[in-house]
Amino acid sequence: MVMNGDGRQTGTDTVKRGLAQMLKGGVIMDVVTPEQAKIAEEAGAVAVMALERIPADIRADGGVARMSHPALIERIMKAVTVPVMAKVRIGHLGEARQLQSLGVDYIDESEVLTPADDKYHLDKHAYTVPFVCGARDLGEALRRIAEGAAMIRSKGEAGSGNIVEAVRHMRAIRDGIAELSVLPKEELVARARDLGAPLELVREVAANAKLPVVLFCAGGVSTPADAALMMELGAEGIFVGSGIFKSTNPAAFARAIVDATTHWQNPDVVLKAHSSIPEEAKAMEGLDIRQLADHQLMASRGV
Amino acid sequence: MPEPMVGVLALQGDVLEHVAALQRAGARTREVRTPGDLATVDALVVPGGESTTVIRLLERFGLTARVKQRVREGMPFWGTCMGLIVAAHDVADLEQPTLDLIDVTVRRNAFGRQVDSAEIPLAIPALGDVPFPAIFIRAPWIERTGPNVELLAERDGHGVMVRERNVLGTSFHPELTGDDRVHAYFLQMVDGARANSAA
Repeated sequence: MVMNGDGRQTGTDTVKRGLAQMLKGGVIMDVVTPEQAKIAEEAGAVAVMALERIPADIRADGGVARMSHPALIERIMKAVTVPVMAKVRIGHLGEARQLQSLGVDYIDESEVLTPADDKYHLDKHAYTVPFVCGARDLGEALRRIAEGAAMIRSKGEAGSGNIVEAVRHMRAIRDGIAELSVLPKEELVARARDLGAPLELVREVAANAKLPVVLFCAGGVSTPADAALMMELGAEGIFVGSGIFKSTNPAAFARAIVDATTHWQNPDVVLKAHSSIPEEAKAMEGLDIRQLADHQLMASRGV
Repeated sequence: MPEPMVGVLALQGDVLEHVAALQRAGARTREVRTPGDLATVDALVVPGGESTTVIRLLERFGLTARVKQRVREGMPFWGTCMGLIVAAHDVADLEQPTLDLIDVTVRRNAFGRQVDSAEIPLAIPALGDVPFPAIFIRAPWIERTGPNVELLAERDGHGVMVRERNVLGTSFHPELTGDDRVHAYFLQMVDGARANSAA
């Protein structure tokens, strides 16, 4: 938080968490060019994630995945009026400071890139730019919030085109919250220890039966029905990584996933959204998570 | 008369925060996603969110013309941040379509990008002497006001709260504060409109 001379406070938890509030009910799309960013905006994306390679390609290419070139991110920022997010490697403050200077609207400290620090995440309180982080369960989510994350997303398994991991993570987070909300007060200290999370946050979640920040789904969404499923499971919005630009008709998939996210409670609209995608268009190819070796899994990075 | 039924446009954005604040201030609420929903409400709040997105979704789901017609017929309307942009006559330096409900020109992200988002105590004389804890997030300002537009608050010489008859607009987010004075002010507008239509 910065207290400015005129009584204006920037970088407060309220304004960092507040931007995520404004994105609720929306779809955030991975894009690698300004042209893709425009397709995403035209389809109704509430924000775009600017990166050099989408997760499916990072997975296929191997090697070290780093922050994107600032010039690419800047071109995407100039191409659209919606907020622009960008990814840094877990724990990489050199990359994070650059992105704050560049003026991106949100930083994703992401397991999709190769971690820079195998023990610690960034101290995100030290920035005026807000951060989103991935989580597989409530303990991970609360540790990231304690470090200053202003928004949480499920990790899922990025670039897999397979929704099963996102479902697992969203259920685990939701079940963790539900359990806390019915625990007797005297059990909360021990539960905080088991979760590996600060007691104050555990008490706050127990009292409100919800996270103190917005919770999105990420990792494996590739159809309108996937988006509707995740909203039903308690996601407040959707990240789509490879699912749009690895399909054979990105504009149609993008628009249909937006419509399904807006009207997830209305199956007729989700059906209409899905039907609007030409039958010959193919969703991205998917991977069976069980066929992946441990070192190929991104979700287990940075817990 | 029963409490008014206030709709909150629920295509995208911080809908639930407005619902909670309106209920605290004494209204009944309904989330509006379709023309059918809109027909059942006495007033409409358009929350914070992404204007580029919501303007497209309004058109896609058949709400644009219906909202314009209801507002022309006198339905009270309040837009916060994104909602103000949606309601404006036009957007400075952008080819962005709007609903043209209030005669103002807005400039998007006028106070800066997200790193410039800020909390600031704001003088709003219409709400009394106590400053309002205004939260600005990638906020627009009001660059031009038409002759019938009342300027209710300014920040650094730029309009941030305006009213023209039954349409209210704020650049900031009262729904995030827990201070419900702007919601109460809007409900007074709603009561006034209902008294007029009953008379």
